[in-house]
Amino acid sequence: MNATLAARPGLLGPMISLLEREILRFVRQRSRLISSALQPLLFWILLGTGFRASFQVPGTSAGSDYLTWSFPGILVLVILFTAVFSTISIIEDRQAGFLQAVLASPVPRLAIVLGKVLGATILAVGEAGLVLLAAPLAGLPLSVSSIFLALLALTGISLALTGIGFCMAWRMDSTQGFHMVMNLGLLPMWLLSGAFFPLAGTAPWLRLVMTINPLTYGVRAVRLALGAPAAPGPSLAMSLGITALFAAATLATAVLLVRTRADGPGK
Amino acid sequence: MNRVEPADVPVQVRELVHTYGKHRALDGVSFQMSPGEFFGLLGPNGSGKTTLFRILSTLLTPAAGQASVFGHDVATHPDAVRSRIGIVFQAPALDDMLTVEENLRHHARLQGVPRRQRSQRVTELLASLGLSDRRRQRVGQLSGGLKRRADLARGILHRPGLLLLDEPSAGLDPRARRDLWRYLDKLRGETGLSVLVTTHIMEEGEFCDRLAILDEGRLVALDTPANLRAAMDGTIVTIRADKPGDLARAINDRMKIDAQVLDGAVRIEHADGHALVPRLASAFASQIAAITVQAPTLEDVFVKRTGHRFEDDPAREPS
Repeated sequence: MNATLAARPGLLGPMISLLEREILRFVRQRSRLISSALQPLLFWILLGTGFRASFQVPGTSAGSDYLTWSFPGILVLVILFTAVFSTISIIEDRQAGFLQAVLASPVPRLAIVLGKVLGATILAVGEAGLVLLAAPLAGLPLSVSSIFLALLALTGISLALTGIGFCMAWRMDSTQGFHMVMNLGLLPMWLLSGAFFPLAGTAPWLRLVMTINPLTYGVRAVRLALGAPAAPGPSLAMSLGITALFAAATLATAVLLVRTRADGPGK
Repeated sequence: MNRVEPADVPVQVRELVHTYGKHRALDGVSFQMSPGEFFGLLGPNGSGKTTLFRILSTLLTPAAGQASVFGHDVATHPDAVRSRIGIVFQAPALDDMLTVEENLRHHARLQGVPRRQRSQRVTELLASLGLSDRRRQRVGQLSGGLKRRADLARGILHRPGLLLLDEPSAGLDPRARRDLWRYLDKLRGETGLSVLVTTHIMEEGEFCDRLAILDEGRLVALDTPANLRAAMDGTIVTIRADKPGDLARAINDRMKIDAQVLDGAVRIEHADGHALVPRLASAFASQIAAITVQAPTLEDVFVKRTGHRFEDDPAREPS
């Protein structure tokens, strides 16, 4: 009987299939493409222009521009928006019933996490890469090595943030709840990562939070990769290393969550 | 009788228990399906049929007892179970933004259908389900009925030995329902497919070889639809009356016949209802508004086994 000759999928096939779906969906929703890249750019131009007169990076010479200083943080914001929008679809997939069929298929649970997270990361880094082309306008000349290093750092940040988004969305049944966590958790995380204002010169408790915040090192890696103004601190290699650890930790948590089968009512 | 090998038993359930907090959703359910059988789980909301369905789908681990699919335990070997079952949930598990074909190819890959066979299977299935001309249409643009058909294609694409169907008739008209079962029967002839279906629609039970009636987490009956009906006492006499309570009591007292009140009508199970009607009519003429005699339905079986009416209200079904 052919029932006993059932095939088993590997890791790669299902992962690529889930990843392709992520990208197809994104391409077919043009509003997402536009909003997740344009919103941060708009922030950048409005805030940058507004702060220009009063802002000076502590520990650097006078005259460094807020538009220049904040550019790396804006790239990270593009990643944050795109990554989060991608993981919100986990909740929608659960409500629509799509996710149940995936979970009840023999796909390795790792493929479910990687398909989502890598798909979201390709989209996020792609968008941030487009915004990166505006760096010369911000007074940051680009070279092959600076583009490569910046994209590397952005990839690490994207993996980490999609991992967090994945974990948050996994146990949630409403997108409203997700928006709340986004506003009260992820946006403050970005604000306190040295993307919006520098560590130096802030209150000691705030500096402590910013030092513990793993995203601080991601933003710093992008900053150093692009040669943007930066206060003294960890090296580029060190910042990239911490970002890689951050990503590994969130992805491992996501895989653990997906492996646990529900034992309660609900979805 | 030949002994069936465990690997050929589509579903075996032993003393299955599942609790949500203090509520026992499944309270010691046991049964075994035969190869190629169409098996129905009939019960109202809260009877435990959805919990049982989710356990067999490997989405929920049972609190106690054992459930296996083709000899593989759902709790300890979920992947072995997952590659042998096809599931059609109440809500279609398709991505609205992808075309019918993209959705099917995606699931073929998730189920590990070999690359060389994917195109052929998708083409064949779409043709046999009358969806060939919808192939490149986005699922979000399909009508409800077509979407459900495409979802059925998703469920059987990898040629599972067992198909789990959760309330397949919700939103289908009687003709579409008949077509669905005719198609499943054809598949059974070709591939030996077994089907387990949950339903709260009595008529759907008639399509099954055997029916398990669940009520409050317990199995209250398990037999063929014909045997279940035959176990009833002949006919059902229903009397409409202004004061059904008084009438039922009077019938009990004066004729020594067991009469119950159900949904505002008097209900009598009787071997020969046709002979009973004239006697009732002459004895209680002034109290009777209308009187009907029917052969028992599965609903009557349910009422007899559980002592309460089946809530057949699709609007209250969670989706």
